[in-house]
Amino acid sequence: MNRARLTPSPQDRARLLALHPALALSVRGGHFIALAVLFALAAFAVFGMWYLDFSARRLGTGIAQLFHFVTLMLPPDPGRQLPLYMHALGETLSIAFLGTLAGGLLALPFGFLAAKNVVSNPVLHFGVRRFLDMLRGIDKLIWALIYVTVVGLGPFAGILAIATASVGELGKLFSEAVEASDRKPGEGIVSCGGSKPDTVRFGLLPQVLPVLASQMLYYFESNSRQSTIVGIVGAGGLGLHLAEQIRILEWQKVSFLVLMMLLMVAVIDFISSRLRFAIIGRRPVAF
Amino acid sequence: MSHAVVQLPPEQIAPLARLYDEAVAARRRHTYIVAAVILVGIVLSCWGGEVRPAVFAANAHRLGLYFWNILPVLRWETLGADLAEWYWNLDGWLKLLFETVVIAYLGTVFGAIGAFCLCFLASANMMRNTLVRVSARRLLEFLRTVPEIVFALLFVVAFGLGAMPGVLALAIHTMGALGKLFAEVVENIDMKPVDGATAAGASWTQTVRFAVLPQVLSNFASYGLLRFEINVREAAIMGFVGAGGIGQDLVEAIRKFYYSDVSAILLLIIATVMIIDMVTERIRHALIGMDQSR
Repeated sequence: MNRARLTPSPQDRARLLALHPALALSVRGGHFIALAVLFALAAFAVFGMWYLDFSARRLGTGIAQLFHFVTLMLPPDPGRQLPLYMHALGETLSIAFLGTLAGGLLALPFGFLAAKNVVSNPVLHFGVRRFLDMLRGIDKLIWALIYVTVVGLGPFAGILAIATASVGELGKLFSEAVEASDRKPGEGIVSCGGSKPDTVRFGLLPQVLPVLASQMLYYFESNSRQSTIVGIVGAGGLGLHLAEQIRILEWQKVSFLVLMMLLMVAVIDFISSRLRFAIIGRRPVAF
Repeated sequence: MSHAVVQLPPEQIAPLARLYDEAVAARRRHTYIVAAVILVGIVLSCWGGEVRPAVFAANAHRLGLYFWNILPVLRWETLGADLAEWYWNLDGWLKLLFETVVIAYLGTVFGAIGAFCLCFLASANMMRNTLVRVSARRLLEFLRTVPEIVFALLFVVAFGLGAMPGVLALAIHTMGALGKLFAEVVENIDMKPVDGATAAGASWTQTVRFAVLPQVLSNFASYGLLRFEINVREAAIMGFVGAGGIGQDLVEAIRKFYYSDVSAILLLIIATVMIIDMVTERIRHALIGMDQSR
Protein backbone atom coordinates (compact mmCIF):
# COMPACT_ATOMS: atom_id res chain seq x y z
CA MET A 1 0.00 0.00 0.00
CA ASN A 2 1.33 3.40 -0.95
CA ARG A 3 0.54 5.82 1.85
CA ALA A 4 2.95 8.65 1.09
CA ARG A 5 1.51 11.16 -1.35
CA LEU A 6 2.64 14.43 0.12
CA THR A 7 3.93 15.69 -3.25
CA PRO A 8 1.05 16.40 -5.66
CA SER A 9 1.37 15.54 -9.34
CA PRO A 10 2.43 18.42 -11.69
CA GLN A 11 -1.11 18.80 -13.02
CA ASP A 12 -2.58 19.03 -9.53
CA ARG A 13 0.08 21.49 -8.59
CA ALA A 14 -0.59 23.73 -11.58
CA ARG A 15 -4.33 23.63 -10.88
CA LEU A 16 -3.82 24.55 -7.21
CA LEU A 17 -1.48 27.38 -8.15
CA ALA A 18 -4.05 28.73 -10.61
CA LEU A 19 -6.74 28.55 -7.91
CA HIS A 20 -4.76 30.24 -5.13
CA PRO A 21 -2.09 32.46 -6.69
CA ALA A 22 -1.84 34.83 -3.70
CA LEU A 23 -1.18 32.01 -1.25
CA ALA A 24 1.53 30.47 -3.40
CA LEU A 25 3.28 33.79 -3.93
CA SER A 26 3.36 34.64 -0.23
CA VAL A 27 4.84 31.26 0.59
CA ARG A 28 7.54 31.69 -2.03
CA GLY A 29 8.37 35.20 -0.84
CA GLY A 30 8.62 33.96 2.74
CA HIS A 31 10.89 31.17 1.63
CA PHE A 32 13.19 33.55 -0.16
CA ILE A 33 13.54 35.84 2.88
CA ALA A 34 14.02 32.90 5.22
CA LEU A 35 16.72 31.43 2.98
CA ALA A 36 18.47 34.79 2.69
CA VAL A 37 18.47 35.26 6.48
CA LEU A 38 19.69 31.71 7.00
CA PHE A 39 22.45 32.22 4.45
CA ALA A 40 23.55 35.49 6.09
CA LEU A 41 23.63 33.84 9.53
CA ALA A 42 25.66 30.90 8.21
CA ALA A 43 28.05 33.19 6.33
CA PHE A 44 28.71 35.23 9.46
CA ALA A 45 29.26 32.00 11.42
CA VAL A 46 31.83 30.82 8.86
CA PHE A 47 33.51 34.23 8.93
CA GLY A 48 33.54 34.05 12.75
CA MET A 49 35.19 30.65 12.75
CA TRP A 50 37.84 31.94 10.38
CA TYR A 51 38.28 35.11 12.45
CA LEU A 52 38.73 33.19 15.69
CA ASP A 53 41.22 30.70 14.19
CA PHE A 54 39.12 27.57 14.45
CA SER A 55 40.98 24.51 13.29
CA ALA A 56 39.68 21.00 12.88
CA ARG A 57 42.95 19.56 14.13
CA ARG A 58 42.79 21.51 17.40
CA LEU A 59 39.15 20.55 17.80
CA GLY A 60 39.97 16.86 17.28
CA THR A 61 42.87 16.73 19.71
CA GLY A 62 40.89 18.79 22.21
CA ILE A 63 37.92 16.42 22.12
CA ALA A 64 40.22 13.43 22.50
CA GLN A 65 41.82 15.16 25.48
CA LEU A 66 38.39 15.85 26.99
CA PHE A 67 37.42 12.18 26.76
CA HIS A 68 40.69 11.28 28.41
CA PHE A 69 39.94 13.74 31.23
CA VAL A 70 36.44 12.29 31.68
CA THR A 71 37.87 8.79 32.12
CA LEU A 72 40.28 10.22 34.70
CA MET A 73 37.41 11.94 36.53
CA LEU A 74 35.73 8.68 37.50
CA PRO A 75 35.10 7.97 40.27
CA PRO A 76 34.76 11.39 41.95
CA ASP A 77 37.00 11.47 44.99
CA PRO A 78 37.81 14.39 47.30
CA GLY A 79 40.98 12.72 48.62
CA ARG A 80 41.82 14.13 52.05
CA GLN A 81 40.36 17.53 51.27
CA LEU A 82 36.75 16.82 52.27
CA PRO A 83 36.75 19.08 55.39
CA LEU A 84 38.29 21.87 53.35
CA TYR A 85 35.64 21.50 50.65
CA MET A 86 32.83 21.43 53.20
CA HIS A 87 34.17 24.69 54.60
CA ALA A 88 34.22 26.13 51.06
CA LEU A 89 30.62 25.00 50.62
CA GLY A 90 29.71 26.91 53.79
CA GLU A 91 31.50 29.96 52.38
CA THR A 92 29.58 29.67 49.13
CA LEU A 93 26.26 29.51 50.97
CA SER A 94 27.23 32.48 53.13
CA ILE A 95 28.14 34.50 50.04
CA ALA A 96 24.82 33.74 48.38
CA PHE A 97 22.76 34.40 51.52
CA LEU A 98 24.42 37.58 52.74
CA GLY A 99 24.88 38.90 49.20
CA THR A 100 21.20 38.49 48.36
CA LEU A 101 20.05 39.86 51.72
CA ALA A 102 22.31 42.92 51.63
CA GLY A 103 21.48 43.49 47.97
CA GLY A 104 17.76 43.23 48.68
CA LEU A 105 17.88 45.64 51.64
CA LEU A 106 19.92 48.18 49.69
CA ALA A 107 17.65 47.76 46.67
CA LEU A 108 14.54 48.64 48.71
CA PRO A 109 15.03 52.45 48.71
CA PHE A 110 16.10 52.33 45.04
CA GLY A 111 13.00 50.34 44.20
CA PHE A 112 10.81 53.11 45.63
CA LEU A 113 12.89 55.90 44.08
CA ALA A 114 12.73 54.30 40.63
CA ALA A 115 8.96 53.79 40.77
CA LYS A 116 6.94 56.36 38.82
CA ASN A 117 4.02 56.39 41.23
CA VAL A 118 6.20 57.19 44.26
CA VAL A 119 8.71 59.67 42.82
CA SER A 120 7.20 61.85 40.10
CA ASN A 121 10.39 63.85 39.41
CA PRO A 122 11.46 62.57 35.94
CA VAL A 123 15.14 63.57 36.36
CA LEU A 124 15.56 61.64 39.61
CA HIS A 125 13.58 58.74 38.20
CA PHE A 126 15.75 58.60 35.07
CA GLY A 127 18.99 58.93 37.06
CA VAL A 128 18.11 56.12 39.47
CA ARG A 129 17.06 53.85 36.59
CA ARG A 130 20.35 54.39 34.71
CA PHE A 131 22.34 53.85 37.91
CA LEU A 132 20.59 50.50 38.43
CA ASP A 133 21.21 49.62 34.77
CA MET A 134 24.91 50.26 35.27
CA LEU A 135 25.13 48.08 38.38
CA ARG A 136 23.30 45.32 36.51
CA GLY A 137 25.27 45.69 33.30
CA ILE A 138 28.56 44.71 34.90
CA ASP A 139 28.83 40.97 35.45
CA LYS A 140 29.14 39.56 38.98
CA LEU A 141 32.54 38.10 38.17
CA ILE A 142 33.82 41.56 37.18
CA TRP A 143 32.48 43.02 40.43
CA ALA A 144 34.18 40.18 42.30
CA LEU A 145 37.48 40.95 40.61
CA ILE A 146 37.17 44.63 41.47
CA TYR A 147 36.31 43.93 45.11
CA VAL A 148 39.17 41.46 45.42
CA THR A 149 41.57 44.26 44.56
CA VAL A 150 39.80 46.59 47.02
CA VAL A 151 39.09 44.42 50.10
CA GLY A 152 41.51 41.56 49.45
CA LEU A 153 41.08 37.85 48.73
CA GLY A 154 38.34 35.94 50.55
CA PRO A 155 34.58 35.45 50.70
CA PHE A 156 33.90 39.01 51.79
CA ALA A 157 34.75 40.26 48.30
CA GLY A 158 32.28 37.71 46.94
CA ILE A 159 29.54 38.95 49.27
CA LEU A 160 30.10 42.54 48.14
CA ALA A 161 30.11 41.51 44.46
CA ILE A 162 26.86 39.56 44.71
CA ALA A 163 25.27 42.35 46.75
CA THR A 164 26.26 45.08 44.28
CA ALA A 165 24.91 43.28 41.23
CA SER A 166 21.77 42.24 43.16
CA VAL A 167 21.02 45.88 44.00
CA GLY A 168 20.76 46.56 40.27
CA GLU A 169 18.66 43.52 39.50
CA LEU A 170 16.36 43.59 42.53
CA GLY A 171 16.02 47.39 42.43
CA LYS A 172 14.53 47.16 38.95
CA LEU A 173 12.19 44.30 39.89
CA PHE A 174 11.11 46.07 43.10
CA SER A 175 10.32 49.28 41.24
CA GLU A 176 8.18 47.32 38.79
CA ALA A 177 6.34 45.64 41.67
CA VAL A 178 5.70 49.01 43.29
CA GLU A 179 4.48 50.48 40.00
CA ALA A 180 2.12 47.55 39.48
CA SER A 181 0.54 47.95 42.91
CA ASP A 182 -3.09 48.93 43.30
CA ARG A 183 -3.76 52.54 44.37
CA LYS A 184 -7.20 51.86 45.85
CA PRO A 185 -6.10 50.63 49.32
CA GLY A 186 -4.04 53.82 49.70
CA GLU A 187 -7.04 55.95 48.68
CA GLY A 188 -9.16 54.11 51.20
CA ILE A 189 -6.69 54.89 53.95
CA VAL A 190 -6.55 58.57 52.97
CA SER A 191 -10.35 58.72 53.00
CA CYS A 192 -10.32 57.36 56.57
CA GLY A 193 -7.91 60.12 57.57
CA GLY A 194 -4.60 58.27 57.21
CA SER A 195 -1.36 60.15 56.67
CA LYS A 196 1.16 59.56 53.85
CA PRO A 197 3.31 57.14 55.91
CA ASP A 198 0.11 55.29 56.83
CA THR A 199 -0.72 54.74 53.17
CA VAL A 200 2.75 53.30 52.57
CA ARG A 201 2.63 51.09 55.66
CA PHE A 202 -0.94 49.80 55.35
CA GLY A 203 -1.76 50.43 51.67
CA LEU A 204 1.45 49.69 49.77
CA LEU A 205 3.63 47.38 51.88
CA PRO A 206 1.09 44.56 52.33
CA GLN A 207 0.71 44.46 48.53
CA VAL A 208 4.36 44.49 47.54
CA LEU A 209 6.04 42.67 50.44
CA PRO A 210 5.10 39.11 49.34
CA VAL A 211 6.23 39.90 45.79
CA LEU A 212 9.52 41.34 47.02
CA ALA A 213 10.12 38.34 49.28
CA SER A 214 9.54 35.90 46.43
CA GLN A 215 11.83 37.88 44.14
CA MET A 216 14.56 37.80 46.77
CA LEU A 217 14.15 34.05 47.13
CA TYR A 218 14.40 33.67 43.36
CA TYR A 219 17.60 35.67 43.33
CA PHE A 220 18.91 33.60 46.21
CA GLU A 221 18.59 30.59 43.91
CA SER A 222 20.36 32.32 41.04
CA ASN A 223 23.01 33.84 43.31
CA SER A 224 23.83 30.46 44.80
CA ARG A 225 24.94 29.45 41.29
CA GLN A 226 26.92 32.64 40.87
CA SER A 227 28.56 32.34 44.26
CA THR A 228 30.07 28.99 43.27
CA ILE A 229 32.09 30.71 40.56
CA VAL A 230 33.19 34.01 42.11
CA GLY A 231 36.00 32.00 43.70
CA ILE A 232 37.62 31.69 40.27
CA VAL A 233 38.92 35.24 40.67
CA GLY A 234 39.76 34.67 44.35
CA ALA A 235 36.55 35.75 46.06
CA GLY A 236 36.09 32.62 48.21
CA GLY A 237 33.90 29.55 48.01
CA LEU A 238 33.99 26.40 45.93
CA GLY A 239 35.17 28.14 42.75
CA LEU A 240 38.58 28.83 44.25
CA HIS A 241 39.26 25.12 44.77
CA LEU A 242 37.71 24.20 41.46
CA ALA A 243 39.95 26.53 39.47
CA GLU A 244 42.98 25.33 41.44
CA GLN A 245 42.27 21.62 40.94
CA ILE A 246 41.65 22.10 37.21
CA ARG A 247 44.99 23.90 36.88
CA ILE A 248 46.89 21.11 38.61
CA LEU A 249 44.87 18.44 36.72
CA GLU A 250 43.45 16.65 39.78
CA TRP A 251 40.47 15.36 37.82
CA GLN A 252 38.86 13.21 40.51
CA LYS A 253 38.70 16.22 42.82
CA VAL A 254 37.34 18.35 39.99
CA SER A 255 34.45 16.00 39.36
CA PHE A 256 33.76 15.80 43.09
CA LEU A 257 33.61 19.59 43.35
CA VAL A 258 31.30 19.83 40.32
CA LEU A 259 29.03 17.22 41.91
CA MET A 260 28.97 19.21 45.15
CA MET A 261 27.96 22.32 43.19
CA LEU A 262 25.17 20.53 41.34
CA LEU A 263 23.85 18.99 44.54
CA MET A 264 23.90 22.29 46.41
CA VAL A 265 22.12 24.11 43.60
CA ALA A 266 19.49 21.37 43.36
CA VAL A 267 18.79 21.43 47.12
CA ILE A 268 18.56 25.23 47.24
CA ASP A 269 16.29 25.30 44.17
CA PHE A 270 13.99 22.77 45.79
CA ILE A 271 13.73 24.57 49.14
CA SER A 272 13.46 28.05 47.73
CA SER A 273 10.91 27.21 45.05
CA ARG A 274 8.76 25.55 47.75
CA LEU A 275 8.98 28.71 49.84
CA ARG A 276 8.17 30.87 46.82
CA PHE A 277 5.09 28.85 45.98
CA ALA A 278 4.00 29.12 49.61
CA ILE A 279 4.33 32.92 49.46
CA ILE A 280 2.83 33.86 46.09
CA GLY A 281 1.51 30.63 44.60
CA ARG A 282 2.63 28.97 41.39
CA ARG A 283 3.35 31.91 39.18
CA PRO A 284 6.68 32.91 37.73
CA VAL A 285 8.71 35.81 39.09
CA ALA A 286 8.50 38.71 36.65
CA PHE A 287 11.33 39.08 34.20
CA MET B 1 -28.78 62.72 56.61
CA SER B 2 -27.23 60.91 59.45
CA HIS B 3 -26.02 57.38 59.79
CA ALA B 4 -26.30 55.46 62.99
CA VAL B 5 -23.28 53.26 63.64
CA VAL B 6 -24.56 49.81 64.44
CA GLN B 7 -23.19 48.63 67.75
CA LEU B 8 -23.32 44.91 68.34
CA PRO B 9 -24.11 43.79 71.88
CA PRO B 10 -20.99 42.95 73.88
CA GLU B 11 -21.71 39.23 74.07
CA GLN B 12 -21.56 39.10 70.25
CA ILE B 13 -18.48 41.30 69.98
CA ALA B 14 -16.40 39.40 72.50
CA PRO B 15 -15.92 36.16 70.48
CA LEU B 16 -15.30 38.13 67.27
CA ALA B 17 -12.70 40.30 68.98
CA ARG B 18 -11.07 37.21 70.43
CA LEU B 19 -10.87 35.61 66.94
CA TYR B 20 -9.39 38.81 65.53
CA ASP B 21 -6.77 38.93 68.29
CA GLU B 22 -5.89 35.31 67.68
CA ALA B 23 -5.47 35.86 63.95
CA VAL B 24 -3.24 38.89 64.55
CA ALA B 25 -1.21 36.98 67.14
CA ALA B 26 -0.74 34.08 64.71
CA ARG B 27 0.55 36.48 62.04
CA ARG B 28 2.89 38.09 64.55
CA ARG B 29 4.24 34.68 65.58
CA HIS B 30 4.80 33.90 61.92
CA THR B 31 6.75 37.12 61.43
CA TYR B 32 8.86 36.49 64.53
CA ILE B 33 9.74 32.97 63.36
CA VAL B 34 10.78 34.23 59.91
CA ALA B 35 12.82 37.02 61.48
CA ALA B 36 14.51 34.55 63.82
CA VAL B 37 15.39 32.22 60.93
CA ILE B 38 16.85 35.11 58.94
CA LEU B 39 18.80 36.29 62.00
CA VAL B 40 20.28 32.83 62.56
CA GLY B 41 21.15 32.72 58.85
CA ILE B 42 22.89 36.08 59.09
CA VAL B 43 24.93 35.07 62.12
CA LEU B 44 25.94 31.73 60.57
CA SER B 45 26.89 33.29 57.25
CA CYS B 46 28.81 36.13 58.87
CA TRP B 47 30.82 33.46 60.63
CA GLY B 48 31.18 31.37 57.46
CA GLY B 49 31.85 34.32 55.18
CA GLU B 50 34.56 35.83 57.41
CA VAL B 51 32.71 39.11 57.73
CA ARG B 52 34.50 41.51 60.09
CA PRO B 53 32.40 44.65 60.45
CA ALA B 54 35.10 46.53 62.37
CA VAL B 55 37.72 45.96 59.67
CA PHE B 56 35.20 46.87 56.98
CA ALA B 57 34.13 50.05 58.74
CA ALA B 58 37.76 51.11 59.19
CA ASN B 59 38.53 50.59 55.50
CA ALA B 60 35.18 51.47 53.94
CA HIS B 61 36.52 54.78 52.64
CA ARG B 62 38.93 52.87 50.39
CA LEU B 63 35.94 51.49 48.53
CA GLY B 64 34.79 54.96 47.56
CA LEU B 65 38.39 55.97 46.88
CA TYR B 66 38.80 53.12 44.41
CA PHE B 67 35.75 54.13 42.42
CA TRP B 68 36.97 57.72 42.52
CA ASN B 69 40.38 56.60 41.25
CA ILE B 70 39.09 54.69 38.26
CA LEU B 71 37.38 57.82 36.96
CA PRO B 72 39.45 59.48 34.24
CA VAL B 73 41.01 62.93 34.58
CA LEU B 74 38.99 65.13 32.23
CA ARG B 75 39.63 68.87 32.11
CA TRP B 76 37.49 71.18 30.09
CA GLU B 77 40.44 73.05 28.49
CA THR B 78 42.13 69.87 27.23
CA LEU B 79 39.09 67.69 26.79
CA GLY B 80 40.15 66.19 23.45
CA ALA B 81 43.62 65.27 24.63
CA ASP B 82 42.28 63.87 27.91
CA LEU B 83 39.72 61.75 26.11
CA ALA B 84 42.41 60.48 23.74
CA GLU B 85 44.58 59.60 26.74
CA TRP B 86 41.69 57.85 28.50
CA TYR B 87 40.92 55.75 25.40
CA TRP B 88 44.56 55.42 24.32
CA ASN B 89 44.00 51.83 23.15
CA LEU B 90 40.59 52.29 21.54
CA ASP B 91 41.48 50.41 18.34
CA GLY B 92 42.77 47.38 20.25
CA TRP B 93 39.77 47.35 22.59
CA LEU B 94 37.27 47.66 19.76
CA LYS B 95 38.92 44.71 18.06
CA LEU B 96 38.67 42.68 21.26
CA LEU B 97 35.04 43.75 21.68
CA PHE B 98 34.31 42.55 18.16
CA GLU B 99 35.99 39.26 19.03
CA THR B 100 33.79 39.05 22.14
CA VAL B 101 30.65 39.57 20.09
CA VAL B 102 31.78 36.95 17.56
CA ILE B 103 32.41 34.48 20.41
CA ALA B 104 28.91 35.13 21.72
CA TYR B 105 27.45 34.76 18.23
CA LEU B 106 29.16 31.47 17.47
CA GLY B 107 28.36 30.13 20.93
CA THR B 108 24.70 31.00 20.41
CA VAL B 109 24.55 29.51 16.89
CA PHE B 110 26.22 26.21 17.81
CA GLY B 111 24.24 25.99 21.05
CA ALA B 112 20.99 26.69 19.21
CA ILE B 113 21.74 23.99 16.64
CA GLY B 114 22.41 21.48 19.42
CA ALA B 115 19.31 22.58 21.31
CA PHE B 116 17.24 22.28 18.13
CA CYS B 117 18.34 18.67 17.67
CA LEU B 118 17.72 17.76 21.32
CA CYS B 119 14.46 19.62 21.95
CA PHE B 120 12.31 17.21 19.91
CA LEU B 121 13.76 14.30 21.83
CA ALA B 122 12.99 16.04 25.13
CA SER B 123 9.37 17.05 24.44
CA ALA B 124 6.60 14.73 25.54
CA ASN B 125 4.38 15.12 22.46
CA MET B 126 7.06 14.37 19.86
CA MET B 127 8.94 11.59 21.64
CA ARG B 128 6.88 8.72 23.00
CA ASN B 129 9.87 6.73 24.24
CA THR B 130 10.19 7.62 27.93
CA LEU B 131 13.79 6.49 28.28
CA VAL B 132 15.04 8.71 25.44
CA ARG B 133 12.99 11.65 26.65
CA VAL B 134 14.10 11.44 30.26
CA SER B 135 17.77 11.03 29.37
CA ALA B 136 17.61 13.97 26.94
CA ARG B 137 16.08 16.10 29.69
CA ARG B 138 18.68 15.09 32.27
CA LEU B 139 21.43 15.88 29.78
CA LEU B 140 20.02 19.36 29.12
CA GLU B 141 19.65 19.94 32.86
CA PHE B 142 23.28 19.01 33.49
CA LEU B 143 24.49 21.24 30.65
CA ARG B 144 22.69 24.31 31.95
CA THR B 145 23.41 23.85 35.66
CA VAL B 146 27.20 23.83 35.31
CA PRO B 147 28.23 27.47 34.83
CA GLU B 148 29.80 28.51 31.51
CA ILE B 149 32.99 29.61 33.15
CA VAL B 150 33.56 26.14 34.62
CA PHE B 151 33.26 24.60 31.15
CA ALA B 152 35.61 27.32 29.90
CA LEU B 153 38.19 26.43 32.56
CA LEU B 154 38.02 22.77 31.50
CA PHE B 155 38.15 23.52 27.80
CA VAL B 156 41.09 25.88 28.12
CA VAL B 157 43.07 22.96 29.52
CA ALA B 158 41.85 20.60 26.77
CA PHE B 159 41.94 22.90 23.71
CA GLY B 160 44.58 25.42 24.73
CA LEU B 161 44.22 29.18 25.25
CA GLY B 162 42.20 31.22 22.76
CA ALA B 163 38.69 31.96 21.63
CA MET B 164 37.75 28.40 20.68
CA PRO B 165 37.28 27.05 24.23
CA GLY B 166 35.19 30.14 25.00
CA VAL B 167 32.91 29.47 22.05
CA LEU B 168 32.53 25.82 22.99
CA ALA B 169 31.82 26.61 26.64
CA LEU B 170 29.11 29.11 25.68
CA ALA B 171 27.69 26.65 23.12
CA ILE B 172 27.44 23.83 25.67
CA HIS B 173 25.67 25.99 28.25
CA THR B 174 23.43 27.57 25.60
CA MET B 175 22.46 24.11 24.42
CA GLY B 176 21.20 23.23 27.89
CA ALA B 177 19.38 26.51 28.46
CA LEU B 178 17.81 26.79 25.00
CA GLY B 179 17.04 23.08 24.77
CA LYS B 180 14.74 23.34 27.77
CA LEU B 181 12.96 26.43 26.43
CA PHE B 182 12.65 24.94 22.92
CA ALA B 183 11.20 21.72 24.33
CA GLU B 184 8.60 23.73 26.26
CA VAL B 185 7.64 25.58 23.06
CA VAL B 186 7.29 22.28 21.19
CA GLU B 187 5.14 20.85 23.96
CA ASN B 188 2.75 23.79 23.68
CA ILE B 189 2.05 23.50 19.94
CA ASP B 190 -1.31 22.81 18.37
CA MET B 191 -1.31 19.06 17.65
CA LYS B 192 -3.85 19.18 14.81
CA PRO B 193 -1.32 19.84 12.01
CA VAL B 194 0.79 16.97 13.41
CA ASP B 195 -2.24 14.66 13.28
CA GLY B 196 -2.97 15.83 9.74
CA ALA B 197 0.58 15.17 8.57
CA THR B 198 0.59 11.75 10.21
CA ALA B 199 -2.78 10.91 8.61
CA ALA B 200 -1.37 11.89 5.20
CA GLY B 201 1.45 9.40 5.74
CA ALA B 202 4.30 11.75 6.60
CA SER B 203 7.43 10.38 8.20
CA TRP B 204 8.69 11.72 11.55
CA THR B 205 11.07 14.20 9.93
CA GLN B 206 8.37 15.34 7.49
CA THR B 207 5.99 15.87 10.39
CA VAL B 208 8.57 18.00 12.17
CA ARG B 209 9.32 19.99 9.02
CA PHE B 210 5.75 20.70 7.86
CA ALA B 211 3.63 20.49 11.02
CA VAL B 212 5.86 21.56 13.92
CA LEU B 213 8.46 23.97 12.53
CA PRO B 214 6.04 26.58 11.13
CA GLN B 215 4.46 26.83 14.58
CA VAL B 216 7.63 27.11 16.64
CA LEU B 217 10.17 28.89 14.46
CA SER B 218 9.42 32.47 15.52
CA ASN B 219 9.50 31.49 19.18
CA PHE B 220 12.79 29.67 18.67
CA ALA B 221 14.29 32.73 16.99
CA SER B 222 13.08 35.00 19.77
CA TYR B 223 14.58 32.77 22.50
CA GLY B 224 17.80 32.49 20.49
CA LEU B 225 18.12 36.27 20.34
CA LEU B 226 17.45 36.56 24.06
CA ARG B 227 20.22 34.04 24.67
CA PHE B 228 22.55 36.00 22.39
CA GLU B 229 22.12 39.03 24.68
CA ILE B 230 23.05 36.92 27.70
CA ASN B 231 25.97 35.33 25.88
CA VAL B 232 27.50 38.71 25.03
CA ARG B 233 27.71 39.45 28.75
CA GLU B 234 29.14 36.01 29.43
CA ALA B 235 31.64 36.26 26.56
CA ALA B 236 33.00 39.44 28.13
CA ILE B 237 34.19 37.42 31.15
CA MET B 238 35.52 34.41 29.25
CA GLY B 239 38.88 36.17 29.05
CA PHE B 240 39.18 35.85 32.85
CA VAL B 241 40.19 32.21 32.38
CA GLY B 242 42.03 32.73 29.10
CA ALA B 243 39.16 31.89 26.75
CA GLY B 244 39.36 34.95 24.50
CA GLY B 245 37.59 38.29 24.26
CA ILE B 246 37.96 41.57 26.11
CA GLY B 247 38.02 39.91 29.55
CA GLN B 248 41.75 39.34 29.29
CA ASP B 249 42.52 43.07 29.06
CA LEU B 250 40.01 43.85 31.81
CA VAL B 251 41.63 41.38 34.20
CA GLU B 252 45.02 42.86 33.50
CA ALA B 253 43.81 46.42 34.01
CA ILE B 254 42.13 45.56 37.32
CA ARG B 255 44.97 43.41 38.69
CA LYS B 256 47.70 45.89 37.74
CA PHE B 257 45.75 48.94 38.93
CA TYR B 258 45.62 50.70 35.54
CA TYR B 259 42.84 52.79 37.01
CA SER B 260 41.52 54.73 34.03
CA ASP B 261 41.74 51.67 31.77
CA VAL B 262 39.28 49.86 34.06
CA SER B 263 36.61 52.51 33.62
CA ALA B 264 37.32 52.81 29.89
CA ILE B 265 36.89 49.06 29.25
CA LEU B 266 33.88 48.78 31.57
CA LEU B 267 32.13 51.63 29.77
CA LEU B 268 32.86 50.01 26.40
CA ILE B 269 31.40 46.70 27.61
CA ILE B 270 28.29 48.37 29.03
CA ALA B 271 27.77 50.34 25.81
CA THR B 272 28.14 47.22 23.66
CA VAL B 273 25.72 45.25 25.80
CA MET B 274 23.17 48.08 25.72
CA ILE B 275 23.38 48.47 21.93
CA ILE B 276 22.97 44.74 21.38
CA ASP B 277 20.07 44.62 23.85
CA MET B 278 18.31 47.40 21.96
CA VAL B 279 18.84 45.84 18.52
CA THR B 280 17.74 42.36 19.55
CA GLU B 281 14.73 43.77 21.38
CA ARG B 282 13.62 45.47 18.15
CA ILE B 283 14.00 42.22 16.21
CA ARG B 284 12.19 40.24 18.89
CA HIS B 285 9.24 42.63 18.90
CA ALA B 286 9.11 42.37 15.10
CA LEU B 287 9.10 38.58 15.39
CA ILE B 288 6.32 38.61 17.97
CA GLY B 289 4.33 40.99 15.74
CA MET B 290 4.82 38.65 12.79
CA ASP B 291 3.62 35.75 14.91
CA GLN B 292 0.44 37.55 15.94
CA SER B 293 -0.45 38.82 12.47
CA ARG B 294 -0.28 35.33 11.02
